Amino acid sequence: MHKNNSNINLDAKLDAVSKSLKQSIKNLDSYTHVRGESLYVDDVNIRQGTFHAVVFDSPKAHGKIKSIDYSKAEALEGVERIFTYKDIPGENEIGGIIADEPLFAEDEVHFWGMPIALVVAETEFIARKARSLIDIEIEDLPVITTAKEAKVKGSFINAPRSFSLGDTEKVFADCDYVFEGETFSNGQEHLYIEAQGAYAEPLENGNIKITSSTQGPTAVQATTARVLGVAMHKIEIDVTRLGGGFGGKEDQATPWAVMAALATYHLNQSVKLILNRHDDLRMTGKRHPYESTYKIGLSKDLKILAYQTEFLQNSGAAADLSPAIAERTLFHATNSYYIPNVTTKVLSCKTNLPPNTAFRGFGGPQGMFVIESAIAKAAHEIGVNPREIQEANLLDENDTFSYGQIAKKVEAKNTWNTAKNIFNIEALERDVEDFNKNNTAFKKGIAFMPITFGISFTNTPMNHARALVHVYLDGSVGISTAAVEMGQGVNTKMMQIAADVFSIPIEKIKIETTNTTRVANTSPSAASSTADLNGKATLMACNALVERLKIVASEELNSSEKDITLKDESVYINDKKSDLTWTELISKAMLKRVALTENAHYATPEIHFDKTKEKGHPFAYHVYGTAITTTTIDCTRGTYEFDSVKIVHDYGKSMSEGIDLGQVEGALIQGIGWMTLEEIAYSEEGKLLSNALSTYKVPDIFSVPKTVEVIPVETEGNDMAILKSKAVGEPPLMYGIGAYFALQNAIKAFNPNYDLKFHAPMTPEKVLMSLYQN
Amino acid sequence: MITFILNNKTIKTSEHSGMTLLDFVRYQQRLTGTKIGCREGDCGACTLLVGTLKNDTIQYQSITSCISPLGNAHGKHIVTVEGTNLKDKLTTAQEAMNTNYATQCGFCTPGFVVALTGFALSNSDKNYNNAIDAISGNICRCTGYKAIEKAAQQVVEKLENKKETTFKWLINNQFIPEYFKSIPQRLKDIETKDLNQPKGKYVSGGTDLYVQQADHLADNDVHLIAEKEYLKGVTIKNGVCTIGTNATVSDLWNHTQLNNSLPNLKKHLKLVSSEQIRNMASLGGNLVNASPIGDMTIFFLALNSSITILNSEEKERTIALKNFYQGYKTYDLKNDELLKSIQFKLPTEHSFFNFEKVCKRTHLDIASVNSAIHIYIQNGTIKEAHVSIGGVAAIPKYLHDTSAFLIGKPLTSETVLEANEMLQKEISPISDVRGTSDYKRLLGRQLFFAHFTTLFPKQFTLNDFVQHA
Repeated sequence: MHKNNSNINLDAKLDAVSKSLKQSIKNLDSYTHVRGESLYVDDVNIRQGTFHAVVFDSPKAHGKIKSIDYSKAEALEGVERIFTYKDIPGENEIGGIIADEPLFAEDEVHFWGMPIALVVAETEFIARKARSLIDIEIEDLPVITTAKEAKVKGSFINAPRSFSLGDTEKVFADCDYVFEGETFSNGQEHLYIEAQGAYAEPLENGNIKITSSTQGPTAVQATTARVLGVAMHKIEIDVTRLGGGFGGKEDQATPWAVMAALATYHLNQSVKLILNRHDDLRMTGKRHPYESTYKIGLSKDLKILAYQTEFLQNSGAAADLSPAIAERTLFHATNSYYIPNVTTKVLSCKTNLPPNTAFRGFGGPQGMFVIESAIAKAAHEIGVNPREIQEANLLDENDTFSYGQIAKKVEAKNTWNTAKNIFNIEALERDVEDFNKNNTAFKKGIAFMPITFGISFTNTPMNHARALVHVYLDGSVGISTAAVEMGQGVNTKMMQIAADVFSIPIEKIKIETTNTTRVANTSPSAASSTADLNGKATLMACNALVERLKIVASEELNSSEKDITLKDESVYINDKKSDLTWTELISKAMLKRVALTENAHYATPEIHFDKTKEKGHPFAYHVYGTAITTTTIDCTRGTYEFDSVKIVHDYGKSMSEGIDLGQVEGALIQGIGWMTLEEIAYSEEGKLLSNALSTYKVPDIFSVPKTVEVIPVETEGNDMAILKSKAVGEPPLMYGIGAYFALQNAIKAFNPNYDLKFHAPMTPEKVLMSLYQN
Repeated sequence: MITFILNNKTIKTSEHSGMTLLDFVRYQQRLTGTKIGCREGDCGACTLLVGTLKNDTIQYQSITSCISPLGNAHGKHIVTVEGTNLKDKLTTAQEAMNTNYATQCGFCTPGFVVALTGFALSNSDKNYNNAIDAISGNICRCTGYKAIEKAAQQVVEKLENKKETTFKWLINNQFIPEYFKSIPQRLKDIETKDLNQPKGKYVSGGTDLYVQQADHLADNDVHLIAEKEYLKGVTIKNGVCTIGTNATVSDLWNHTQLNNSLPNLKKHLKLVSSEQIRNMASLGGNLVNASPIGDMTIFFLALNSSITILNSEEKERTIALKNFYQGYKTYDLKNDELLKSIQFKLPTEHSFFNFEKVCKRTHLDIASVNSAIHIYIQNGTIKEAHVSIGGVAAIPKYLHDTSAFLIGKPLTSETVLEANEMLQKEISPISDVRGTSDYKRLLGRQLFFAHFTTLFPKQFTLNDFVQHA
């Protein structure tokens, strides 16, 4: 654990990206984005003779396959071949955490949309037509669609997990107030605008190259090797970029790549498999729906003394990442609050839905929704403003989380108080009150949402990355890392680091595609930590090259290397510019046969977690913030608008303010979407009803808050964050939870009979029904 | 041969006219900047511009190419994002997206860029709201739109100085490349005689048919009617408005006289789909789609419209729209018949029209319930009333009993409350993905009340109709 301390020392050499670069930098990729020249998997040039594939999937959620007749489909002109589990040379198994998920169904189907076969044809159109000619007969088996039902039937993915701190049982007895209740938060479709897809090409000697739209190239590589029964080095994965991921391509980009590779393996021809939107919606998992119960105990002065919950996670038909997601629910069950006595339990319930999967926040949002519901309920019953309970329990320095980590460099109260002051909360609340007094057809509601989110993969061994940096002989630089660019701007951040360490213009730096032959054995781009892990590795590699180049320069200039710095493409001695330029320095280094390539490995120090005790220090650090959401409800129609969301966010020391603001705004809106209008619906038979963009609505430009104000709270940052610039991908999503409670408060202002329900999303339907509930 | 100009290149193709323009552009022409997001017009990633020559000028409109037949490009200028690119620098719209961090993963970005470029090229007033309307059909899952709003604002600021409508200003100000100048003449020069239309499914804008059956249409003969002149046009004569069934929603939107007679027309039409779809969707298509929730159908039912139907022998017949629908997706139209036009009396100074629609997402969504009313008041008495409601029955519903009940009654809250009792008897909503039947009943009531609080705000408030408030 201590061998990584040198990483931190290396950091000291570049404490922050230079101010000028930080402010002037645009998203590196936006030039080609706006011109339509960026290449996604469906845009890369394909070889002559490439076949196209579509997936034949189960039309039932649970059953025994009695017969399948492929003859009509096979007979269609242009159909090359149809692949099933029988064509798999290795294992018919794609489960990452638990080996419980076949690539293709064999005798039974476990969810509606479960892949059964791959139809390969000359064109996608022919393949789709052939698919419609396949006849299948399935004998129905009982279908479970809800977590509650699964619990009753004892259908689970794995053993339950439970965290505890203090003694809830004992303390509940001494509480002045105890409230119990239940909550539901629905799933959420990722709706990356680029659907899942992969393109496989045969290379020499049975090797296969796959261009995949994946957040986890190594997972694709390892799984393909497993299914094909070949060594990993025979499979190369290349990722150009993703048209959105949000967790949906962390684990679930894999099957499509494996299927394309399987066909390539047999046909020795290139095969492209791009899901169309309806297939993607039907076949892939989503954010997990949670059904939860809570019990909360408070003292008269509104201190939460004890909190107990049971989370029922609707995991779907296979484990996928569910166990890890369930774990993160427990990590964030108390959100930004210090509660001395906590018992949390999560059950991953096996149902007949597509295996639910990672989605920005990774179980954290579901946990936070429950504690915020419990607080809202308590406040309602006691007759106080929920914000008083929130405020009375905010996390402080050295408080203990239920998983044993001691909170350090806590900014919970700082962001809360800053938000209160800077946005003048008394005035905001008064405005809402006055408005509600003077209006009957419209009502306003306001809610606070603090967040505390832990940064690191909670599975400690995953917290590592590598960077491979080449300086070419003309002084240009190429950088490969494990980071996948999916809109989060990680390419730009990597480039900023290199530009600052080398002090060369950004035009001289290229960020390469993510490729398993250049950077191997990687963790997926996930957990908000991609920039931290890969950035640290890039920083280490660049620093090592600079150290080497300084030796070259000192020899050339007859000076001591400690006096040498690189600045603005020149070598400086004691801050005085020498005649030696960056390009010349590289030439000299070549002549001296100095290695101009560096590979660095970074592993997050200090973190650990003991699952047998459920205690440890799983997070490198936490990200904090507070949001205030104001909404206006149209009490005639049940529709609503968000007037504003005002946020104080802990960026640490943001290395790229424009990119980080984009992450906050984007995550916020996605969170609001999850809490308000995005509604996944399955029939009792397990068929997805919200199966198209006409029935599943994500926020559009009119539905976002009129103003979103984000104030960065300048904090110390954290050495474990890249250049003290804290991770920003996931945490702000949970600001969106405030939208639910703002709406609820507005409903309360209209209808005194409204019986508080915690059942997200709060759609216009639920709003109207609540407004007129008797 | 389908003949058109794609960006700066003249295309003559014998590809099937029913294939989507998107597939042609992406896979035949390898212009991969046009993205596939949903193939049902709901995301805008495939947005293109269509330039139509009118006299000597070209009018550009944005469309979603995933639900547009290739044959509809015949004789047009089609512009993809590549066709807007300048050499070695960004256009004004592109620069606005770039500067404001309005692009993250980049997949939706070309659609936004093309739509904003279309806004610059269009005749609409160059203000912020119109710019936002121009990108109302574009979904972005990354940015949360706030950065895109800033980009739109920047584009508007540049355009506010625009004095001339010629390409020259737009070219000089780097909105479009130089070659646009040559397009009007080149469009005139290319041979664009009528396409030989085979017998087959009638397709106008295609916005509904291509959502339902794109594969079928790409594989079978289609008979394209979007360019048929006799089905076009909006005319107003003696207080009667006649609309050709090929008219698009945008044609109504842009019609000055119609906007004068229906002062809230734009507000109502803004609830219908997105600008891209409004540019394509024909009114006739909306009527024969026969969706129980069709927005324009509900709109025209309350205007007590009649429709004129033409058969293959060019014989016409006219029936009331409210008698057209027979059951779920069935209606009074024979195989050889085509809807020709819709006629209705415009509101007068004594009559009032309102349209209401509630869905999960206010814009570019299908209603849970929609409703319209046209009501004539004289000395506080209701002289005539037509109320329609969608989403609560197998057909787009004209409320015969409720409408009849209102006639002769005083305009009071008691009348409205009693009429609602009647309305509740007339509807029979079912539970589905757009809401439970209880919700739709409640919403039907609320929208009915909303008609009165909206049309007569001095006389009625929500308090007059509901408790709690």
